[in-house]
Amino acid sequence: MSVLVYIESEEGKFKKASLEVVSYAKEVAQMLGTTVTGVTFNAEDVSELGTYGVDKVLKINNSKLKDFNAEAYADALKQAADKEQSKVVVVSQSANSKYVAPLLAVHLNAGYASNVVSIPESASPFVVKRTAFTNKAFSFTKISTDIKVVGVSKNAFGLKEVQGDATAEDFSPNLSEEDFSVNVTSVDKAKDKVTIADAEIVVSGGRGLKGPENWGMIEDLAETLGAATACSKPVSDMGWRPHSEHVGQTGKPVASNLYIAIGISGAIQHLAGINSSKVKVVINNDPEAPFFKAADYGVVGDAFEIVPKLNEKLKEFKAKNA
Amino acid sequence: MKILVCISHVPDTTSKINFTDNNTQFDTNGVQFVINPNDEFGLTRAMWFKEKQGATVDVINVGGAETEPTLRKALAIGADNAIRVNTPAIDGFQVAKQLANVAKEGGYDLIIAGRESIDYNGGMVPGMLAALLKANFVNTCIGLEIEGTEAKAVREIDGGKESVTAKLPLVIGGQKGLVEESDLRIPNMRGIMMARKKPLNVVEPVEVDAQTEVEKFEKPAPKGAVKLVDPDNLDELIQLLHTEAKVI
Ligand SMILES: Cc1cc2nc3c(=O)[nH]c(=O)nc-3n(C[C@H](O)[C@H](O)[C@H](O)COP(=O)(O)OP(=O)(O)OC[C@H]3O[C@@H](n4cnc5c(N)ncnc54)[C@H](O)[C@@H]3O)c2cc1C
Ligand SMILES: Nc1ncnc2c1ncn2[C@@H]1O[C@H](COP(=O)(O)O)[C@@H](O)[C@H]1O
Repeated sequence: MSVLVYIESEEGKFKKASLEVVSYAKEVAQMLGTTVTGVTFNAEDVSELGTYGVDKVLKINNSKLKDFNAEAYADALKQAADKEQSKVVVVSQSANSKYVAPLLAVHLNAGYASNVVSIPESASPFVVKRTAFTNKAFSFTKISTDIKVVGVSKNAFGLKEVQGDATAEDFSPNLSEEDFSVNVTSVDKAKDKVTIADAEIVVSGGRGLKGPENWGMIEDLAETLGAATACSKPVSDMGWRPHSEHVGQTGKPVASNLYIAIGISGAIQHLAGINSSKVKVVINNDPEAPFFKAADYGVVGDAFEIVPKLNEKLKEFKAKNA
Repeated sequence: MKILVCISHVPDTTSKINFTDNNTQFDTNGVQFVINPNDEFGLTRAMWFKEKQGATVDVINVGGAETEPTLRKALAIGADNAIRVNTPAIDGFQVAKQLANVAKEGGYDLIIAGRESIDYNGGMVPGMLAALLKANFVNTCIGLEIEGTEAKAVREIDGGKESVTAKLPLVIGGQKGLVEESDLRIPNMRGIMMARKKPLNVVEPVEVDAQTEVEKFEKPAPKGAVKLVDPDNLDELIQLLHTEAKVI
């Protein structure tokens, strides 16, 4: 019956989004009067999971699953859910989780709700609140199947520590050859760079920055804050910055704690993608820019003067508060 | 090569989102509908396979008669045939089932859908469709080449990208990167005229129960006014972010 969680790790560490999902699952388990089982892939020390609410860990150790593979992971998770007779499976909304979830839902005959932002309104019927229309609205969605898959948005629930220990058990799913029919041939991933998906803070630049040569100050500011860099759509369309940095309705969603928009006007398509960030700061020399209506804090002025100054002051602040 | 492109019919990105009937129905009044942007990138990539590799391209939508202008637009861009499954789209599973039914009969080698629709934001139809068809699946696809029965795809991952290979039949969840923004095509007069003569087949749905149901919608609470900080007093901004917003 226990609530099952797909736990992602990267370079030997559990992803924060997964710990958040564990906290969420704990709350759901309490609603349902059951426990939380986490499934890990090639993780060694799983003791940290107990702190966030996992009661039992199914440890999968299989060298074939060293790298993420959606079909194989979905198959393994399905077998874990069967073993635990889980009625609810919770995943994050990382790129990998979004890849696995619909496959897993079909294997389990489960209904799937993505982009969920709060604990279920009720357990029976099972109703969750999710974002729709790219953050322009919420929908209250009822999942009517016996088994449910829930994808929880980043930063929607937060981490909650509990006093707890997790027991661990080895688990070896039966994988077939078909599980490995999509093969990764190469991975191109920036090391020690914060990604938009994981970032607590995102520093984003728009067309107001005039050209790619001016991104140095954006990168400096991001480095001081330990932030990821992002950009508006025209900036990536013009090739000033890579596509992977394009945020907005047709780009990546941003659900960070802090979003700093520099030289971005605040078009409806841009705002739709970043609306679920908690705190928004805008720096723009046009006081009429629509972004000021959507922001929490604003500075009216020239980015070329403000950004380097802000960076210096933040460095001082960080040094003092270190 | 036979390609099927799944087209979701969605409100234009500038649309104001409102609801009627006690917040249970999307208010389509005055809303312009378009091809879902992720599907437009996929359709444009399909045109490349048509022109360079002689593929045939069908487009499909699950929806009522009101979606036909969107399918006609896809025909005007260059698709060969359009199919409409005559039933309202209720949830991702029901749509995937209807699509799978048509796809099975059609014997497609490649099915291109979008990573996500901008209205429902399910991010579920392509994966569910692949699982139902037992076809290979590549999500967040930003590059695709086909040679014979072998696909080489590039997938966006958090913080980078990875290259994968898979055999056809393949389903992808596509997005920008499959083609560039500047490759998108605006239908010309000739395309629009030709689209009127191209087949748009209406097929009846199979019986499927949806797994999820929207009970009601809600709009986000209105935002308070912005706090402006003087550019000569950036220390104040840092203090606000530290003590008030508690984000640094
Ligand atoms: C179908 C569709 C989908 C779209 N999807 C997206 C999307 O996902 N994401 C997205 O971002 N956009 C999207 N757009 C584009 C969107 O409509 C806007 O065109 C875009 O967001 C504008 O980018 P910008 O703010 O960088 O540029 P602009 O609108 O040109 O704004 C530049 C801003 O910089 C300010 N500025 C100029 N100089 C300075 C200076 N020295 N110091 C400080 N400020 C300065 C100006 O006052 C202005 O406000 C989409 C559009 C369409 C039609
Ligand atoms: N009603 C529909 N008809 C045809 N294709 C659809 C429909 N709904 C969704 N799709 C496809 O599935 C993708 C993802 O949609 P969604 O799962 O709703 O986010 C879309 O980009 C389309 O390619």
